[in-house]
Amino acid sequence: MDYLRLEPSPCLLAHECVACGARFFDRRNACAACSGTSFREAELPTEGELRTFTIVSYAAPGIPVPFVAGVVDCGGTSVRANVINVVPDADHVRTGMKVRLATYVVGVDSEGTEAIGFGFEPLDGATTPADARETEPGKEQP
Amino acid sequence: MSDDGIWILGIHMTKFGKHPDKDVIDLAAEAALGALADAGVTMRDLGVLAAGNLMSMGAPTGQLLQKQIGQTGIPVYNVSNACATGATALRTVIMAIKAGECDLGLAVGVEKLAGAGLLAGGTRKQEAPTWTPQGRYGAVAPIDGRIGTETMPGVFAQIGLEYGHRYGGTSFELFARISAKNHAHSTLNPLAAYTKAMSVEEIMNDVMIAYPNTRPMCSANCDGAAAAVLVSGAKLRTLDPDQRRRAVKVSASVLTSDPWTESCQVLPDVNTLTRQAALAAYESSGVSPDDLDLVELHDCFATAELVHYDNLMLCPEGGAVDFFESGAPFRDGSLPVNVSGGLQSKGHPIAATGIANVYEICQHLRGEAGDRQIEGARVGLAHVIGLGSACGVHVLERAA
Ligand SMILES: [Zn+2]
Repeated sequence: MDYLRLEPSPCLLAHECVACGARFFDRRNACAACSGTSFREAELPTEGELRTFTIVSYAAPGIPVPFVAGVVDCGGTSVRANVINVVPDADHVRTGMKVRLATYVVGVDSEGTEAIGFGFEPLDGATTPADARETEPGKEQP
Repeated sequence: MSDDGIWILGIHMTKFGKHPDKDVIDLAAEAALGALADAGVTMRDLGVLAAGNLMSMGAPTGQLLQKQIGQTGIPVYNVSNACATGATALRTVIMAIKAGECDLGLAVGVEKLAGAGLLAGGTRKQEAPTWTPQGRYGAVAPIDGRIGTETMPGVFAQIGLEYGHRYGGTSFELFARISAKNHAHSTLNPLAAYTKAMSVEEIMNDVMIAYPNTRPMCSANCDGAAAAVLVSGAKLRTLDPDQRRRAVKVSASVLTSDPWTESCQVLPDVNTLTRQAALAAYESSGVSPDDLDLVELHDCFATAELVHYDNLMLCPEGGAVDFFESGAPFRDGSLPVNVSGGLQSKGHPIAATGIANVYEICQHLRGEAGDRQIEGARVGLAHVIGLGSACGVHVLERAA
């Protein structure tokens, strides 16, 4: 992802509108909020609060389920991401829980290049039983 | 535009469900001919046609329909606006009449969806053997499932849980009870795709799609069409007393899109544009939520119905759970919502839905809703939303 910076430590970068401060993760032709055309890079806090989520049990072929999708409030900026390193059920995920950015290897391509993805994991380890890893086949932990 | 406004002269919908022997144009023709017969006019009386369809890949649905029911040379608009397509077709005809270009027009919405699987929100690209960052996000692989979900059940699940996070009071069971209400309502609607009541337990124990939405809490993919004939007030005055008596006044017709909100870039904001549409509709019609006798709203998922109680101002802000718990939206409650069965049970043939919601309101205002009639209904509101987002709200009133 263009907006995931791995070094020196992983963080998310947004394009911030110079004129109004609106933040975007994809490249923009102009600002959706004010139509300004100048952007600067803004580093997001790596911790946030899970504002909402769903546990997807039924997805397109090839997508491992169940997975937890959500929206994280990172210091006032909304980020769409999966919640990882958590048991994907309603007893272990709740709105308002504190989470932090985490990266993992999505996979390795035919030339041996690793792709790194990101998600958010619970800040409070109490919601992460030891068997959480086995519930996420195909995903290596960072 | 004349002061006597825009009226629905005739309206019709097909049975929603599976129609394996009919193609899109057969269904559109059935609805259109039904609406023309209901209105007591023919294709030769019309000055404009708007046809809504999403899944026919750019085919000129309106012109293909004309070939089957009457080619008269009038302007045809083929419209597409996500799940608000039917409402947009309706509004296209209303705009033409308001502009004085003609005094009678036909809006049609049609879709063949039976057997369609999950409708994903975004386009997905195949994974290549080597990874190259592509697209606006510079992603090396499809992002659905890796960076949140793009599927409709998941998006609307998050919208419902976000409401619960902000105002409290929601639970898996609450959303299942909302769904049970609509499934119960559908038992009285012979045109609904499903007419079977379901218990809260059955709904909760059914296949989980995206928590908290199980399968019966998701809109039912099906085939169907709906059509409406619209007429100017000036023209209506020249028609027969029986046509005038059955005409339904379009007191407000509003279409909105997403205004900028911070979070709408990552999770569609179905709230702000619905609120703005409702506000504009109440202001332009002079109708207040207290005046409404029934509402058909876009319950594409049980979670969506809850937030729209609030967005349509059927309750004070933050009061949607209390509104439901009071019994108000049940058909014997103070403000019945989705007495047709809603999208969850009546079905959701996308482009037909906007006009079908208006059809339901019209049947009650005319006193022609049969077993499911809400007695004495005088004012109703029809709402649809299409992700992206587009929102249509129509306020309808019985002829005096
Ligand atoms: Zn800006």
